[in-house]
Amino acid sequence: MNIEHYIVLSVALFCIGIVGVLTRRNAIIIFMCIELMLNAANLLLVAFSKMHYAAAAGQPATAGIDGQLFVFFIMVVAAAEVSVGLAIIVMMYRNVHSVDVNFLNRLKH
Amino acid sequence: MSISQVLFYFLSALALGSALMVVISRNPVHSVLWLIVTFFAISGHYIMLNAQFLGIVNMIVYAGAIMVLFLFVIMLMNLNAETEPQKNKWMKFAGVVSGGCLLMVLIAALKEAEVKGKATELVTGEIGLIDNLGKALFTDFVVPFEISSVLFLSAMVGTVVIGKREAKEA
Repeated sequence: MNIEHYIVLSVALFCIGIVGVLTRRNAIIIFMCIELMLNAANLLLVAFSKMHYAAAAGQPATAGIDGQLFVFFIMVVAAAEVSVGLAIIVMMYRNVHSVDVNFLNRLKH
Repeated sequence: MSISQVLFYFLSALALGSALMVVISRNPVHSVLWLIVTFFAISGHYIMLNAQFLGIVNMIVYAGAIMVLFLFVIMLMNLNAETEPQKNKWMKFAGVVSGGCLLMVLIAALKEAEVKGKATELVTGEIGLIDNLGKALFTDFVVPFEISSVLFLSAMVGTVVIGKREAKEA
């Protein structure tokens, strides 16, 4: 497969995530769309890592391995982010009894 | 059309369709379930790229742990009804249009891209195996690896603090 197939797929997944963030008002679904965008970036990193490996023809045997390790660290950060973010959403639900982000406009007033 | 091409298009269609269903479906529980399908499709892509370690980790961490956490929170809040008020069609329309514009610009930028036409290695290659990844992780990337453990610890402490503060005040 050529790299542009993966680029188009990742860009489409990323844009679906952006549309979700822009159109939905439920905080949990917004959060899930952010996860979707992170995964689109991860997929593209892995695809580029394999592209560099193929281009280097295995000359350093670990060519392109950085991309896969970056994906590993992105997963680490995403797990930490989800735990803190969901705690914040639970906190917000306790305070305003809703997860609608339209209620979080107090900074405006 | 070779078997890997068929698999690529099948997994891509699955990922895009279920990602769309995440955004479209009204019930948050259905959104979570569709997101799990998306993550499994992305894991399938990883395995097809012979990034076996990342494929398995994606299944365990994302589709297993993180999505269970989401389901837990949704059930805790009793959100499985359609609670979202439907208002302001124009906001939705504007969101879809701006997302589509971004998609169009990024894909148009691909037309002149330097990397176009370069092949990715599909079912062969050693770098995705745990052997090589582990060696690189514990030699070149050992400092970020250790720092990420501090990040996990601080995230854990932060979660407990955020979760407990209300009970202390009340």
